[in-house]
Amino acid sequence: MGFMTFKGGVHPYDGKDLSKDKPIRELLPKGELVYPLSQHIGAPASPIVAVGDTVLRGQKIAEAGGFVSAPIYASVSGTVKAIEPRRVTVGDMVKSIVIESDGEMKEVEYQKTEDASSLSNETIIGKIKEAGIVGMGGAGFPTHVKLSPKEPDKIEYIIANCAECEPYLTSDYRRMIEQPEKLVAGMKIVLQLFPNAKGVFGVEDNKPDCIAKLKELTDGDSRMEVAELKTKYPQGGERQLIYAVTKRSINSRMLPADAGCIVDNVETLVAVYNAVVLGQPLMNRIFTVTGNAIVDPQNFYICIGTNYQELLEAAGGFQTECKKMIAGGPMMGFAMFDINVPTTKTTSSLLCFTKDEVAEYESTACINCGRCVEACPELLIPSRLADYGERGQSGLFEKWHGLECVECGSCSYVCPAKRPLAQSVKTMKKQTLAAKRKK
Amino acid sequence: MSDLYNVSSSPHVRSKDTSSRIMLYVILALLPTTFFGIYNFGYRALILILVTIASCVASEWVFEKIVHKKSTINDFSAVVTGLLLALNLPATLPWWEAVIGGVFAIVIVKMMFGGLGQNFMNPALGARCFLLIAFAADMTKFAIDDYTGATPLALMRNDEAVNTMDMLIGRTAGTIGETSAIAILIGAVILILLGVIDLKIPGTYIITFVIFLLLFGGHGFDANYITAQLCGGGLMLGAFFMATDYVTSPITPGGKILFGICLGILTGVFRMYGANAEGVSFAIILSNLLTPMIEKITVPRAFGLVKEGKKHE
Repeated sequence: MGFMTFKGGVHPYDGKDLSKDKPIRELLPKGELVYPLSQHIGAPASPIVAVGDTVLRGQKIAEAGGFVSAPIYASVSGTVKAIEPRRVTVGDMVKSIVIESDGEMKEVEYQKTEDASSLSNETIIGKIKEAGIVGMGGAGFPTHVKLSPKEPDKIEYIIANCAECEPYLTSDYRRMIEQPEKLVAGMKIVLQLFPNAKGVFGVEDNKPDCIAKLKELTDGDSRMEVAELKTKYPQGGERQLIYAVTKRSINSRMLPADAGCIVDNVETLVAVYNAVVLGQPLMNRIFTVTGNAIVDPQNFYICIGTNYQELLEAAGGFQTECKKMIAGGPMMGFAMFDINVPTTKTTSSLLCFTKDEVAEYESTACINCGRCVEACPELLIPSRLADYGERGQSGLFEKWHGLECVECGSCSYVCPAKRPLAQSVKTMKKQTLAAKRKK
Repeated sequence: MSDLYNVSSSPHVRSKDTSSRIMLYVILALLPTTFFGIYNFGYRALILILVTIASCVASEWVFEKIVHKKSTINDFSAVVTGLLLALNLPATLPWWEAVIGGVFAIVIVKMMFGGLGQNFMNPALGARCFLLIAFAADMTKFAIDDYTGATPLALMRNDEAVNTMDMLIGRTAGTIGETSAIAILIGAVILILLGVIDLKIPGTYIITFVIFLLLFGGHGFDANYITAQLCGGGLMLGAFFMATDYVTSPITPGGKILFGICLGILTGVFRMYGANAEGVSFAIILSNLLTPMIEKITVPRAFGLVKEGKKHE
């Protein structure tokens, strides 16, 4: 039983049974792969290849566009077919490099490091930066920036976000079951950067097998421990996870480092291991294709840039008509109107549902029941914030702490009147922040 | 278009709770006291309950027809209002007065202010107070087993003895739904177990009221007196079923506590010093009016802002 948790939250149907027992399957991409130049927070990368160039797997194709940015690598060998705007999961058109795979997967040679403990901090961060690693849980914040806080000595916790609190997703779960040693090795490297820090793996207690494996691997290591967290959404939200593990709370204007913490996702830590020890840049990730419309839900080891359509086909396609497709989890993911989009460093899943729960319900008047208040992990009053948002009352919106919203969607989930609370709050939050920036 | 999929803002899943389901839960929780009321006061109670519910539902339907709004009677909120109103009426009330009460509750208190979720005062209690003023004699004539009798609170006012056991079970004079503390508590447990209400409002209400009694009741610590005050009148029904009305109580956690304290003090004042032996209805509708103010001063501090104090402007 995990007792560590936060206040608020919800218990949506988790749907993980569909894909949790499917071992990771490697998927070799066919045809063209698309690499959007902006798949991280910060400046877009700038291409260093031209149309017609042949590239190898592991070759850098775009250079970081600044300090807060990340380079991009080809995940297959082939020819650069185009550099043009392509549609991405959220629906925007983003300038992308398109590579036609030759199917041979010819690789560059990687510089391995036998003993990572002999490396200096600068070398390690340099390798991470060079490998193009970003937060792979969805946010896409460049990891080398995160690992370079102002005062490294004040970092007391490195928290591996192993919560995977989003329903249906099982990619982190499979990674922890099949390759926990890579995760632990990644953590070890990060700990090397922060002499005063303790490494904590925060796992929800619905994954007892992962907890057992991680405990076994970290047994005897005084710098690492496993924190059993209560299974509750959004347990894997950064602020909620930090609170659950350390009882420290941060707000929207603070960084985890202000509370002495750095939080990294499972895939990110594995990527750190690959980069520092194996010398490989970020080219692959685990990706879940699931949902009740899918014939054969799967966890794939994919080459970043693979088209969603290909992943869908590899999972057997649709068994019934699909009404809604979501990139990411059902709570915070993006609904897609088109499946012809590429996977990126931050995309973890494709969910296909035979019905759209949102469209099935009609939104009715708020009855002031307060369920959203109980569910809000940020202790806000979502129904009021949504009202202020709909009426454009930015003053009241800020006064009621609307900017603290973490956009987890718990309020919309519980609302018995089926009001799109999170949507109204998110929109108002964006507008308020935009207005502030203008000032 | 068939190639496109549904899109919407996240989250893409919804809980199974709906407003109408919550209303059904409330109705379910009111059944013990409803049945007891019918058992206690006979067929007239049943007729009055049915008439009041019908009046409320019909008023809502007709009003929405007239103003060309989509009918909302499917959310069962009018049924809840009708049932609650009936439970707050004496069984001997002429049926047409109950009909007027139902129309007042729905049309004046609820629909005129924008319908479900917008009313500033509990419709059932608003109507009860309206009827108390309009038909004072009929509204304060209580009978049990066909003998006209005073309510326990009125008896206590005159320093006459009351049987607290009868009051717990409910074999006393009073409105249809208020007499049996046990039946109401069974309903309250149902509401709490189904997650419809929590104890913030009723708990602080009752505790504040008891403290008020201890300080100003003039009986000191007299368990018998306190039990009788708690079980008498509309306190139990009011605390668990009407003070907890979502729409007219504060949504902020701190506000709920403050609201309960207001209720306890007002009920105490009305019962001790008012012209009437009863004070719950007035305490609740007055506190309903304070709700917006209470919310304003109890905006909770968001997560992570705890130590920071006031936000800069």
